[in-house]
Amino acid sequence: MNYTDLFRATLSETALEIAALLVLVVDLGFLRKAALKTRTAVAALVGVAGCGAALWALQMQGSTGLNYGDSVLLAAGGYIAAAQAGILILTALTLLLLIDSVFTRNAGEYVAVVLMAAAGGLLIAAAQDLLVIFVGLELLSLGLYILTAFAKSSGKSAEAAMKYYLFGGMSAAFLLFGFSYLYGITGSTNLHEILLAVYGWNAYRAAPLLYVAIVLVLTGLGFKVAAVPFHLWAPDTYEGAPAPAAAFIASVSKVASFALLISISTAASHVFDGRPFTAALTAVQVPAVTAHSPVYLGFATPWMLILTVFSVASMVLGNFAALAQTSVRRLLAYSAIAHAGYILLGLAFFTHSPLSTNAILYYILTYGLTTIGAFGVVSVVERATGSDKLDSFLGLHKRNPLLAGILLVLFLSLAGIPPLVGFWAKFNLFAAVLGAQSGPTPFALVALAIAMSAVSLYYYLQVLKRAYVMPAVDETPIKAHPVTLIVLLAIAAAVVVFGCFPALLQGWIASFYI
Amino acid sequence: MLAWTIYLSFAGALVEALLPKGKNALARWFALAVAVLGLLHAFGGFVHGMGQGRVVIVDLAWVPSMGIHYLLAADGISRVLVLLTGLAAVAGVLFSWNIEVRTNEFFAFYLALIGGVYGVFLSFDVFLLFVFYEIAIVPKYFLIAIWGSTRREYGAMKLALYSFVGSAMVLIGLLAAYTTSGSHSTSMIDLAHAGLPVSFQMWCFPLVFTGFAILAGMWPFHTWAPTGHVAAPTAASMLLAGVVMKLGAYGCLRVGIWLFPHGLDPWGFSLLGLGSWRDVFALLAVIGIVYGALVALAQTDFKFVIGYSSVSHMGFVLLGLMTLNQIGVTGAVLQMFSHGIIAGLLFAIVGRIVYERTHTRQLAELETMHLGRRLPFAAWAFVIAGMASMGLPGFSGFVAELQVLVGAWMVRPWWTIAAGIGIVIGVAYTWRALQKAFFSDVLPTAHVLEQEHEPSHRLAAITWPEITGVIMLTGVSLFVGLYPRILLDTIEPAVKALLAGGGQ
Repeated sequence: MNYTDLFRATLSETALEIAALLVLVVDLGFLRKAALKTRTAVAALVGVAGCGAALWALQMQGSTGLNYGDSVLLAAGGYIAAAQAGILILTALTLLLLIDSVFTRNAGEYVAVVLMAAAGGLLIAAAQDLLVIFVGLELLSLGLYILTAFAKSSGKSAEAAMKYYLFGGMSAAFLLFGFSYLYGITGSTNLHEILLAVYGWNAYRAAPLLYVAIVLVLTGLGFKVAAVPFHLWAPDTYEGAPAPAAAFIASVSKVASFALLISISTAASHVFDGRPFTAALTAVQVPAVTAHSPVYLGFATPWMLILTVFSVASMVLGNFAALAQTSVRRLLAYSAIAHAGYILLGLAFFTHSPLSTNAILYYILTYGLTTIGAFGVVSVVERATGSDKLDSFLGLHKRNPLLAGILLVLFLSLAGIPPLVGFWAKFNLFAAVLGAQSGPTPFALVALAIAMSAVSLYYYLQVLKRAYVMPAVDETPIKAHPVTLIVLLAIAAAVVVFGCFPALLQGWIASFYI
Repeated sequence: MLAWTIYLSFAGALVEALLPKGKNALARWFALAVAVLGLLHAFGGFVHGMGQGRVVIVDLAWVPSMGIHYLLAADGISRVLVLLTGLAAVAGVLFSWNIEVRTNEFFAFYLALIGGVYGVFLSFDVFLLFVFYEIAIVPKYFLIAIWGSTRREYGAMKLALYSFVGSAMVLIGLLAAYTTSGSHSTSMIDLAHAGLPVSFQMWCFPLVFTGFAILAGMWPFHTWAPTGHVAAPTAASMLLAGVVMKLGAYGCLRVGIWLFPHGLDPWGFSLLGLGSWRDVFALLAVIGIVYGALVALAQTDFKFVIGYSSVSHMGFVLLGLMTLNQIGVTGAVLQMFSHGIIAGLLFAIVGRIVYERTHTRQLAELETMHLGRRLPFAAWAFVIAGMASMGLPGFSGFVAELQVLVGAWMVRPWWTIAAGIGIVIGVAYTWRALQKAFFSDVLPTAHVLEQEHEPSHRLAAITWPEITGVIMLTGVSLFVGLYPRILLDTIEPAVKALLAGGGQ
């Protein structure tokens, strides 16, 4: 490894960092006297341009990864490139939502932090090494804490950031502790080497420590994806954070974290299928299991078990808790927990073939897109009515028919009604789970997931009922900034088009494999 | 030609949504035009398809990686039900001529629902069918919740959740069938030939069948139907009873029975006298017939009478399906058509012609209004519709229920006897409602007679859309009753092919 390789493998991250610095220079250097609106717009546009440049860099980079000796630090191409492209596109969309916002006077700093956090997201999507994973996660997380607190005049924002930070710091500690165990028992920080080493063990050799490490690591990662029981931060953060920041947390951060989970699952399933490691595997002596030796479960079984527990808990608790919410942001937070539960099911029943990976990516990308739109609508309504309570959506179809139509499309998609994209996301994912492993267990879990999504229709309809059915208290029209409206309209259109032609997005993801 | 029914309806819905607000007349006429065009296409497809077997209309790879096809096709069963949808759609627009609030939105949801229904009847790919099936759920919710009456939000939410739970069960079953068959193709023609293991069919069939049967109003999952029907605006209850409940029954037949034929095989043991899923569902159907009729007999709300009568009549459809013989299943399909027309007519009379003028549906209050004298048109229309509903010879209901009963007799005579009791009770509740609502024998006092002539108490005159709608629906029921071969010739070969397993 030399610095040229490093530079070539992190071209897109570099592009984002340069854009972040550029935003600061433009905003603080040239536009100090300009009106806040101009500054916000310019900062957001520079940020979007940065995302575009990073996307271009991603294209240039192709499948150039980064190796240190024999071990991979950063992988590239395939699902990783698709996830990274998704992260960049979703980041650009959240930045466009900023143009209409007034929560901060420091637009330049906000955009810079967003871009740096997105760079962290790109890193963890590609990372194959514990240290790189940790650095990327911290880069992302620190950005998110700052973004949550960005509405400085709002007490809620500060409270949300504090909660998020305390939980986040704790979970990072768990994660690091788990990583240190993994390194201690295997002598490597590379995912593939760790899994390969673990594969050759028997129950006498450091196995209890392995299980402790898996639990610790999953605690840390479960926090990132807001899986039950590490979900407590999500409702408060979604409620308190400024809308564009909440949209960023709900979409980009989720995409990156799930891409990381895909990396680990892929590495684990590769070891077991032995595809790229056939040669290495023959060299490892697998000890014979005698009748008296305790059963050795390896890595995959406990990993899968814990993910399944997370998944079931998240689906059930997320959906049922969402039923009781009166704040739409909190409702979206619990629905995010529920959606994370579905995706974790896909990760628990994982095959090395692109089937599972593609289904999970499809789900998380479309979910990210839809949820950005949902937060966009919420932020417009919130600005007009001063609250995100369910009742502030009363009569939305009269106050702004277009916005109500967008809300209808997005929420029905989240509920998984065809022909919207949310249906195909669930469909692909559940078909992948059933395809990965046959038997009553995955089937029962898929049945539970489908039953839970029937529950979810109720709370999504609660919002739509207020927008369309119940009489308006206040009939003054709600105005939205044209840029916001165009972005939201584009998102809703994408949700419909991708839903009517599901092969489009699948083809897009598959195109990265070439 | 038939595929255009779907596209026209969805395009019409989109245009309605974009129409300027306040142009109610334009919205109405446009919706009528779209519905009539749809009916013409449906009728054209029906005439054109006479004597033909299954015809594939479109077959495109929709999601190639998963083997999902955009496969529209039509056989005799589809063509008859598409024709029913066309008729119900036109009648529904005629009977919602008086919608003044958010008119264009009403027709937008209405046409979207119609488009979804056409789509279900024409889909020959399980997931395409499922997509259209779900598309029909959401507009139903909004139609009832926004434009409905009694406890509309409750009725709408209940209906939406029941439908969604039913479709969740269907989705689970379909996903399982798709993965079990090897995940190659989701075309029903392929799946029917996939040779799914018998043990798999044994548990997947009841799941899918129950999922669809919830929407067909199968006892004990029927409770959404009366509350939904009563809460819905007239056109929506006409569609609910007329075509949406048929979606469920059609799914039971097309997906349940066609794809999982061995699900109906005997279990090999018998529990409480029930030896197969066929016995179980037939029992539930018979209970539905008798229970629906008995409950209808006890109602005080006119619309609830019709709502429960729908549960009872849909029981005949399910019973016919469970006979699994040519005559019984043909009867079931004909009963879907017949009940679609008759229930639509009954709901139109109760919900539009009577309720919009009297503003009450309580039989006790209607009894004092002498509607037989004041609304003779409504009274006579209800007499005809009631006769059709009772299953008098000469109307479509007679032919259909007779076939179902004959088919049931060939399998288990006691099914026929129990269902026959249901018919007798059916006569009783129709008679009771007719007498209470229109022909009460309480003589009007002079004071009442005087009051009736005051302008404020005068009932609005019957309008032309109402007359057209009533004539159209009674005409169809009478014509099919007198000349059932017009539909039977189309239905019979399709049923024969379906029961034979693979189709042509």
